[in-house]
Amino acid sequence: MQHLIILPILLPLLSGLLMLVRRDSVVLPRRAIALASTLLLFIVSALLVHQSASGQITYYALGDWQPPFGIILVLDRLSALMVCLTSFLALGSVAYACAGDDRKGSNFHGLFQLQLMGINGAFLTGDIFNLFVFFEVLLIASYSLLMHGGGKDRTQAGFHYVALNLAGSSMFLIALGVLYGTTGTLNMADMAQKVAALDPERLGLLKAGAFLLLVVFGLKAAILPLYFWLPRAYASAPAPVAALFAIMTKVGVYAILRVYTLIFGGSAGELANFVQPWLWWFALATLALGGVGVLSARDLRGQVAYLILISVGTLLVGVSMNREAPIGALLYYMIHTTLVSGGLFLLADAIGEQRGKAGARIVPGRGVTQPALLGLLYFLGAVTVIGLPPLSGAIGKALLLDAALPSEQPWLWSLLLLSSLAGLIAMSRSGSTVFWKAGKRDSDGPRLKTTMLIGLILLLGASPLLSILAGPITAFTDASAAQLLNHDAYLEAILPPPVDGGES
Amino acid sequence: MEALFATVTGFLAASGLYLALRGRTFPVVVGLTLLSYAVNLFLFSTGGLTTNGAAVIEDGVDYYADPLPQALVLTAIVIGFAMTAFSVILAMRVRGDQGSDQVNDQRAEEPKEERS
Repeated sequence: MQHLIILPILLPLLSGLLMLVRRDSVVLPRRAIALASTLLLFIVSALLVHQSASGQITYYALGDWQPPFGIILVLDRLSALMVCLTSFLALGSVAYACAGDDRKGSNFHGLFQLQLMGINGAFLTGDIFNLFVFFEVLLIASYSLLMHGGGKDRTQAGFHYVALNLAGSSMFLIALGVLYGTTGTLNMADMAQKVAALDPERLGLLKAGAFLLLVVFGLKAAILPLYFWLPRAYASAPAPVAALFAIMTKVGVYAILRVYTLIFGGSAGELANFVQPWLWWFALATLALGGVGVLSARDLRGQVAYLILISVGTLLVGVSMNREAPIGALLYYMIHTTLVSGGLFLLADAIGEQRGKAGARIVPGRGVTQPALLGLLYFLGAVTVIGLPPLSGAIGKALLLDAALPSEQPWLWSLLLLSSLAGLIAMSRSGSTVFWKAGKRDSDGPRLKTTMLIGLILLLGASPLLSILAGPITAFTDASAAQLLNHDAYLEAILPPPVDGGES
Repeated sequence: MEALFATVTGFLAASGLYLALRGRTFPVVVGLTLLSYAVNLFLFSTGGLTTNGAAVIEDGVDYYADPLPQALVLTAIVIGFAMTAFSVILAMRVRGDQGSDQVNDQRAEEPKEERS
């Protein structure tokens, strides 16, 4: 099944277009298409994971233009894992949106599918300009999704988000121009080869381009000096969109991981691993700041946004350690944190809906209609996201802490554990305010609809599943990390064998 | 030619950056547009500046320009144009919703706190 690789891009594109055909039609067929397409996407991505598990790197040459000249899609363990994670998260948020959030504005499902296309494309592509194009696809869809339903808060947060990302796109293009100007190629594998054998005079220019690229990816990932857009945008987005946005920061983390291990990785000559020492300090600072932020949040959704910031810090610390064990650990942690923070966004929205005027703000107010069910889900989500045993957060964090060298331990252990403590304090404070200091509850208030419950259970229930299946999953993530750090195998799989003598 | 090209690109980028940091939505949109012009010019120059070079392989021609940056610029122009249109509409919507064209309108936040 050679064409399987392109399906995660084609499938959402086609169903997204299908939903634009009749804009005035009733909601039901669109919901059915969205659910069917997302479910199918999940099956395809599970097949891709199965295909990549053999350890072989396969590529799909679009239009049969062979690399390094044509645009290629590359399937290795890491990209298959990310596509699978995206489709699972999307399944949960589409199910939740079908309960009524999709009616608050037009074209929710169509835009949602197009955003999925952009995200999947960014994970699969092996061409750095194509990465830019898919970034734009996912950003353009996210601009409209962020403002779905309208409202003062959303338009203002949306304008900040759009302006920042437009500036980011400009910088992305400048960085690409510099990279193309110095290496003369856009294919990532070919570029990795060219960087290793670069004229030393152009090294400074290339380094500037690489740093600029880090700024762009850092903006997407919301690393410390570039995170200011995140809490506001995520807290004002509609719940299913915010849940999907949980993967958006991970797109940035993925891009950093891919570019700075492949192109500027261990075999890049003088530029080998030059970014990681910088990343280490910025990631630690993000971690610390996320801890402070989570204590200061006055709204459940703002709190989850800062928890995402903590997870970004944790992930990037793992990236900057740049060894097999920490990268394997961070990939496991990435699965866990994406699903659980998406689930928490949905839960915050469900709680806000049942509390009437108090909404999702952390103040004593009316009690929720279904305290037992929501309380249980909140407890599950909180335990997971903070990283208390026995759920998946604890395993991910323990793996990462265990992978630190003695020289890294004092910084990583203290900051990661302190930020977890901050999360613990904040989550228990907001939980007790919302559930225990609640006033009289309205027994015929709004209840959870079935599809909302399915969405919540899919995302939050993934955590116990992740800890039960921790053995096979960590085996897969460790293998992905090993594959990621083995550049020669990647280059061999993509590029044609060098022709004798005819090298230009 | 290189010096002129570099000066123009740099000037556009500097003006774009200055305007993008202003406090009102319209200058921000114009600034982002200028920035994208600068980026397009810059991308165009990454293949080296050639005049009168052929971009497509042809018999009897041995002087070529790099065709790839031209294709890249085309993509960047299309995306940039669409995004400019989008941000203009968005800026108008912000103006309508907030009643002011400040990027960070503080007035919009204060009443929200009181209402709670």
